[in-house]
Amino acid sequence: MENSQDLDSNILVTNGLKKYYPIRGGFNPFSRGGKRFVKAVDDVSIKVPRGRTMAILGESGCGKTTLARALTLLSPPTAGEIIFDGQNITKGKVDYKKLYREMQMVFQDPDSSLDPRLKIRDSVAEPCKGLLGRDEAQINSLVLSSLAAVGLSSEQADRIPSHLSGGQKQRVAIARAIAPQPKLVILDEPTSALDASVQAQILNLLLDLQKNFNLTYIIITHNISVAEYLSDMLVVMYAGSVVEYGPSGSVISKPRHPYTITLIAFAPVPNPWKRNLLNTEIKGEVPSSINPPSGCKFHPRCPYAEKICSEQIPELREISPGQFVSCHFAEKTG
Amino acid sequence: METNNDNLLTISDLTIAYHSKNARLLALDKTTVEIKKNSFVAIVGESGCGKSTLALAIIGLLAIPPAKVETGSIEYKSVNLTALRENDRRQYRGTEIAMIFQEPLTSLNPVYKVGDQIAEAIVVREQRKGGEIDPETQVMQKVYKVNAPEIPSRIPRIRRSGLARLLREETLDALKRVRIADPEQVIDRYPFELSGGMRQRVMIAMALAQKPALLIADEPTTALDVTTQAQVLKLMKVLMDEVNTSILLISHDLAVASQVADRVIVMYAGDIVEDAGVYDMFSEPMHPYSKGLLSCIPSGSKDKARLKPIPGSVPNLAEEQIGCKYVSRCPSAMNICSGKKPRLIEVKPNHKVACFLYGE
Repeated sequence: MENSQDLDSNILVTNGLKKYYPIRGGFNPFSRGGKRFVKAVDDVSIKVPRGRTMAILGESGCGKTTLARALTLLSPPTAGEIIFDGQNITKGKVDYKKLYREMQMVFQDPDSSLDPRLKIRDSVAEPCKGLLGRDEAQINSLVLSSLAAVGLSSEQADRIPSHLSGGQKQRVAIARAIAPQPKLVILDEPTSALDASVQAQILNLLLDLQKNFNLTYIIITHNISVAEYLSDMLVVMYAGSVVEYGPSGSVISKPRHPYTITLIAFAPVPNPWKRNLLNTEIKGEVPSSINPPSGCKFHPRCPYAEKICSEQIPELREISPGQFVSCHFAEKTG
Repeated sequence: METNNDNLLTISDLTIAYHSKNARLLALDKTTVEIKKNSFVAIVGESGCGKSTLALAIIGLLAIPPAKVETGSIEYKSVNLTALRENDRRQYRGTEIAMIFQEPLTSLNPVYKVGDQIAEAIVVREQRKGGEIDPETQVMQKVYKVNAPEIPSRIPRIRRSGLARLLREETLDALKRVRIADPEQVIDRYPFELSGGMRQRVMIAMALAQKPALLIADEPTTALDVTTQAQVLKLMKVLMDEVNTSILLISHDLAVASQVADRVIVMYAGDIVEDAGVYDMFSEPMHPYSKGLLSCIPSGSKDKARLKPIPGSVPNLAEEQIGCKYVSRCPSAMNICSGKKPRLIEVKPNHKVACFLYGE
């Protein structure tokens, strides 16, 4: 009962999702024994509510992009299941055409995800042709309407990517993703290559599109203010695992995991009276995902760490309504 | 000899354009900047506003041609750098004015250990210093005997002479100063073996080993994560006091500038539009562009307030513009704005702005 309700309100659910990359032996004669893995995504279970925005926040190497690629089956997960719109897409034969009609992705760098020799119009039409058949008139109207939706004129549709600015290219990438009229759009760092004034334009565009087309977003970002502005739900990842997740407002105003706390403290705010950047300390660097620290992966850098932290992996526990934290001392940190 | 002039660097009326076959791209338009001793100045602007051109012009690494210094001067400690010949200019690079770049991996030499690269910087410093030798580092005396040519790298020669070993102590100190964990090991590593944050620290160690009076940091933390960014910025701030260096930070991020700088200069399309102390800039930004930039930074949730982006996009620098370059995007544009270019004038003590809203 509860389960079916869950599936109804959540467009995407993952259970114990893992993505491991094997390491080949190389020249080291001792590495031949047991196979080693880069655990890029390790046991991630999230629920993405329909019509909402979930932001996945983390530093480089934390596995957020790998997670996005696993969700879209671009790099199929090693273990775990993904249930998209009520269908388990990690089991049996997948109807990719149907899947990608409903789930689309915007990649990090529009420069490398757009064909430099194709006109904008053709770049946007290309995926539609594959996914929706070859009804020229229908595709043409989809292309024009999605280009119009992102604020590009039909004159610009005849240009090639090198004749557009960075912000315009990102608009094209977004138009291409929304053209097949998907339900879920996954955006990997949609604004990190853009200037501040252009970033603000794109963020507002994303909000408008969500309202007009009833889209669900998963936004991968390292920028806390972008995540806070766009998202309803926030997932914080560290070294391949989810350390905290819940409603954005409560995670940002009352972070409970020590890593989330430092991450938020380190986000520069445009306020010279509040120089948080200079008054915060953190030791060490992000651990390797081949040999992550035992127990809680954050314990070598954590100010609250005690003996148990290096021995036992903390479970994700619900600390306050909807807010899950994987920390042995989550009660203490808040 | 100390002069009363407490300006370290005075740039006046500097115009730099990039020339191609059929276009002249105006990167800097009569820029005037003064940098005082022991100050932390941030230049903020979007891509293409000329901030990197300005940095490269100061350190003298502009590719000429296509770039051309058309008017103006860069006066450093009362010497006009733009009038110097390359050989004389080189004496200023590193020991007087040093620079850290955005991507440390491309500015470190991949085939030498980082320790050797820092040691080279120390050797250069001691060579240039000539007569006066630091009593603490008498070992440097031996360094002077190395009659190394300026180019290419001195590292092979230093290594062969066994001096790298003697320089080790000071190199270790340089690494310790930038708070690298395990300096004893890092000194023998190659750049590719280090993380991004460590590489940037090595760059800072190398720049500061030469004890420059001015350190230009061009987007030093853009390639780094937030936690690493904070560590690097904090380090720069602490070292500024330790080594008595002025810092010129080039950034696209107003938030970063507000966290570390004493003074913020906002540039737009080759012009300085506002120049003020950091508190004035953030409590009372005057130029419409500065205001627009500040309102573009998301803070809080979409449910609270929608962002107000600056409409339109930056003008084409190849087209000559008579009036204010911001006029097409400015919410408070007036008739005069498109006909005449506003000058940068001091409207309040230490607060300069180039806008007709504030007189002239």
